[in-house]
Amino acid sequence: MKFAVIRFPGSNCDQDCVLALNALPGATADFVWHKDTSLAGFDAVVVPGGFSYGDYLRCGAIASFSPIMQAVKSFAASGGTVIGICNGFQILCESGLLPGALVRNKGLHFVCKHQHLRVESTNSRFTRAATKGQVLNIPIAHGEGCYFADDATLAALNANDQILVRYCDNEGQTTEASNPNGSRENIAGICNETRNVFGLMPHPERACDPALGSTDGLVIFDSLLKC
Amino acid sequence: MFESIGNETLRTMKILVNVMPKPSVLDPQGAAAAEALKHLGLAGVGRVRIGKVVEIELPDNTEESEIHRAARELLSNPVIEDYSITK
Repeated sequence: MKFAVIRFPGSNCDQDCVLALNALPGATADFVWHKDTSLAGFDAVVVPGGFSYGDYLRCGAIASFSPIMQAVKSFAASGGTVIGICNGFQILCESGLLPGALVRNKGLHFVCKHQHLRVESTNSRFTRAATKGQVLNIPIAHGEGCYFADDATLAALNANDQILVRYCDNEGQTTEASNPNGSRENIAGICNETRNVFGLMPHPERACDPALGSTDGLVIFDSLLKC
Repeated sequence: MFESIGNETLRTMKILVNVMPKPSVLDPQGAAAAEALKHLGLAGVGRVRIGKVVEIELPDNTEESEIHRAARELLSNPVIEDYSITK
């Protein structure tokens, strides 16, 4: 499986993604520049974390108008696999590929720590190698990770089983204390209705090597590689 | 205002796009500023909301609908923000 890792000016998790993916059997990853217009030859797209275009205007807003994002939209529309991590999640929301938006953390602080997540659904190509209710330990690092959607959108996300991961404590309880940023319903990651686009604030690519303290992020990439 | 481009003289205008968080969206910046305003000694501070203003120079004959399109599709995010336009 060949992954395209998109690089915007200000991306800073692109190298981590390429490194993590290239270490997996059956996966190769290459950088794709934001001015490129084609994703030909790639099987999946990673929109990595960072501060694309300096987070000007709104996080991810400028990136969503870049040439490569027009190609990512077509790729997603034809059923291609797209995963957006952190700033990548913000970009996918700004592009309209995922519902809702990410706003300033409730506590105003930039939060950088290991965080527990509960797998809410394994009915996706991103979580099928996990078990429902599995608790993952994956780092977060963001200032604007508070997921917001109106009541109707939230109801639809729940009804369609689109919420794939929620913030929780080490026992898997989705409490207010375990919500690091004020996200509605402790939402950490969602997929689109057709289940081929996934966005999450936590960084699975930073949890793929025992030297980094956790390998729980592997389950996301293993899910993608498991056909 | 007048601006010369080649032999043509174009009338331009400045418009302001005012972007505010929707009332239903948490605005922790506004809440923090409200606290600081109380510390400043301002009496009776209620809810504080922080938005932004974008000033754009445009040709005078720019269609209203084009300004709204820019405000809706780029300058604001309708999921979390409302906008208004001041000419």
